[in-house]
Amino acid sequence: MKQLVIDFTKCDAGRHCDHECELECAVKVFKVNDPAQAALQIKAYEDGGGHAVLCDQCGDCVVVCPSEALKRNKLGVVIIDKKVCVGCYMCIGFCEKEAFMRNSDWITPHKCTSCGICVKVCPHGALSIVDVPEPALRII
Amino acid sequence: MSQLAFDPSKVMDIDYTKRTEYLEGLEAIKAAHKVLKEITYTPSLPDRGYNNRTLYVNVDSLEVKEKPVTQQMKDVFIGGRGFGLYHLWNAVRPTTRWNDPENEIVISPGPVCGMTQYAGTGKSLVLSLSPQTDIPIDCNVGGFFGPLLKFSGFDALELQGKSNKDIILFIDGVKGIIRLEEAPTDPVDSHVLGEVLTHMYAENEADLPNISVVSTGAAAEHSLIGMLNFSFYDRRRKCVRFKQAGRGGIGTVFRNKRIRALVIRGPKVAGDLNHPADPETIAKTGIKFHKEIRENDPHQCMMRRNGTAHIVEIMDAYDLLPVHNFQYGSHPDVHKIDSSYWQQRCTQLTVDGCWYGCSMACAKGADGLVLKTGPYKGHMVTVDGPEYENTAGLGSNCGVFDPDDLLELNFYCDTYGICTITYGTLTAFIMECFQRGILNKERTGGLEMAWGNAEADLEMMHQMARGEGFGRIAGLGVKKMKEHFIKNGWGDPQLINDIGMENKGLEYSQYMSKESLAQQGGYALTNKGPQHDEAWLIFMDMVNKQLPTFEDKAEALYYFPLFRTWFGLNGFCKLPWNDVVPANNSSQPEAHKVPEHVQNYVDLFSATTGIKITKEDLIMQSARVYNFQRVFNIRMGKGLRLHDAAPYRSLGPVTREEYESRAERYDKQIVDEMGLDPTGKSSAEKMALHREWRTKRFSMLMDAVYTRRGWTLDGVPTLERLKELGLDAFPEVVEVVKQHLS
Repeated sequence: MKQLVIDFTKCDAGRHCDHECELECAVKVFKVNDPAQAALQIKAYEDGGGHAVLCDQCGDCVVVCPSEALKRNKLGVVIIDKKVCVGCYMCIGFCEKEAFMRNSDWITPHKCTSCGICVKVCPHGALSIVDVPEPALRII
Repeated sequence: MSQLAFDPSKVMDIDYTKRTEYLEGLEAIKAAHKVLKEITYTPSLPDRGYNNRTLYVNVDSLEVKEKPVTQQMKDVFIGGRGFGLYHLWNAVRPTTRWNDPENEIVISPGPVCGMTQYAGTGKSLVLSLSPQTDIPIDCNVGGFFGPLLKFSGFDALELQGKSNKDIILFIDGVKGIIRLEEAPTDPVDSHVLGEVLTHMYAENEADLPNISVVSTGAAAEHSLIGMLNFSFYDRRRKCVRFKQAGRGGIGTVFRNKRIRALVIRGPKVAGDLNHPADPETIAKTGIKFHKEIRENDPHQCMMRRNGTAHIVEIMDAYDLLPVHNFQYGSHPDVHKIDSSYWQQRCTQLTVDGCWYGCSMACAKGADGLVLKTGPYKGHMVTVDGPEYENTAGLGSNCGVFDPDDLLELNFYCDTYGICTITYGTLTAFIMECFQRGILNKERTGGLEMAWGNAEADLEMMHQMARGEGFGRIAGLGVKKMKEHFIKNGWGDPQLINDIGMENKGLEYSQYMSKESLAQQGGYALTNKGPQHDEAWLIFMDMVNKQLPTFEDKAEALYYFPLFRTWFGLNGFCKLPWNDVVPANNSSQPEAHKVPEHVQNYVDLFSATTGIKITKEDLIMQSARVYNFQRVFNIRMGKGLRLHDAAPYRSLGPVTREEYESRAERYDKQIVDEMGLDPTGKSSAEKMALHREWRTKRFSMLMDAVYTRRGWTLDGVPTLERLKELGLDAFPEVVEVVKQHLS
């Protein structure tokens, strides 16, 4: 399955960039000019380094979704069908990586679809899309 | 006590999509339907939780009309159980009984019902005059009917009159059609009827989840203990499942009105159909709670794994599990039916829960059961649960410890439309009567009703469904059986009355209250009869030890019935309130109230309706409805102190065997509580001392609770209390009370 990964030996957690990855995602994917709405969030630690909130396509949300709005596509990426979603936000509450997002203007939640838009704009080349085996579904 | 660990590798390999199908005759059944009346209406969605109209249907005259929801209705009765009581009060007279045409069945969801972001928000309340108690009974039920009724434009549905032919009421909340149809050849039992009607009224496969069916089964026609099944479509299992409005015989009223089913087709559900005042607060509160379930449930109750059956082993360990008609509190075979078994037997890799967004997901399903008896022998079925009450009632209380027998009993109760709790308690009573010679094979028509005889137990249930033999007598319930046995001179009347576990005509639910004074009151000092909806205090009292003093117990019997009533006013389920708690809960003041969750409910109500309330307002909202219901009972000829009397089995040891099974504890109580010396006294003498002490203690509890509730010592709400609650605005209510105060 396609998975977005970040290399923190290259990413400096936004200290010397403008969070281009987040902005590109917000503008191109979600059509909002607000990086806080992006499906990946880069956070800097105070004492150096940082971490990224991003979806690894683990599929826990597929298991808990009561309306079968979440499914893997043929690339193994977990996709939300907004027409089927009932807006219960269990996917958000059960995501251990806290990678499922919502904003107050939309009733349905959103997440990273490993589209790679952010990869292209990272000035440090820290982001990439990799192909990894799909994990087995687990009982949550 | 820690929960059993869950090992996914031990879950049985059962294909949860396989079961016997019943759609072959669908077209012929549909062709036999005849439209009796059809009207069109304008569908609507709620605004801040309310549609501001209800639907009235008379199944005899075929009158169909909308009624406005007044501001007074919202202010005083809120919704759900409150709206049900309001409509029922206006529909009946003091002389009305369950099978009179003016009796109603009211289904009302409540303003919060239908929210999808918080766990346990799909409940509707069902009310009627009960065939068992002759007073209002209310059931809090899951399934999709309540939310879809709201999203079709109605805050309640009133059903009145008696049809002379079998009918179906169909509400299409998308197209705006209400139709009454004659249904002469429809299947009778719920698991068949629910499937057929769901597919009959869905426009295509994607529409299946938008259909919900209310139905009952064959035994509801021949007993007083009928219940209603509320369906929901399980997308992953691809089958229709049910939640039950179980207690008090509303299914019997349903069939007495010749209603075969109610079918609703609602719009596709989305997260904002309630149009709440403050969706942001609801979203944040819901997500916070989902996280709490994810983080805490695996270490606390494991509701997602085991459902309510998680307490089987806890109740057994604390000597509180009803065994052999509430005689004993534990049994060496309980391990065969505790959650270590059910977590392997219930299907785990699928989504459970009876409404969208319920992350607690306690509604389990046991798939792949091949039936051994009855009209569906050889069929493969999915069984709902089993829940704790079913495991204890159909299982340990009757000495049935084979899980497949228990599942079959559970299945047939459901599809025949009878309450598992009631059936469990009345069967346990019959079995004890059989054990003690009050009954024998001659009197039961050949049924060997010995402890654990599941074959005879199932046959009695099939008789109930056929309206034959001893099953028909059993279907009258414990109260009428007691009268029947005593009238026939079949045993010592005092013993029969002591061991028949009913109060107000309703059977006890499945907790052994002998050692818990709080639960004794929690059962008997209730509005609708002994159940665990109103004051489930046994866990708090006996396991968590949060009510150590007499005063604590009396206060709990003031606060919790009111707090718990509130769930039923709004369309909430009670389980997410305290079947998971925040990690820091035990260090909070009044931890037994779960203060963070109380605040969640305050916030959810305010955010839905736009009416800002506090936790004190919440109790006040409930108190209005709770006291109105008490006055309603008095109006119907009950609701006084004498009607709150408890059978002695619920207060203390009736028999020598019971006493001696706990002799050490009981002897110690003679020393510590009564200041007497048990040495040299016979069991009979010691039992007499206990009876006097326990009966007196229960009477003192009644005094304390009535006083705290603002009632007279006869259990009547005082005029001052009615005024405090604003119920003096209803002259009829005041008039009922005045007659009992003079």
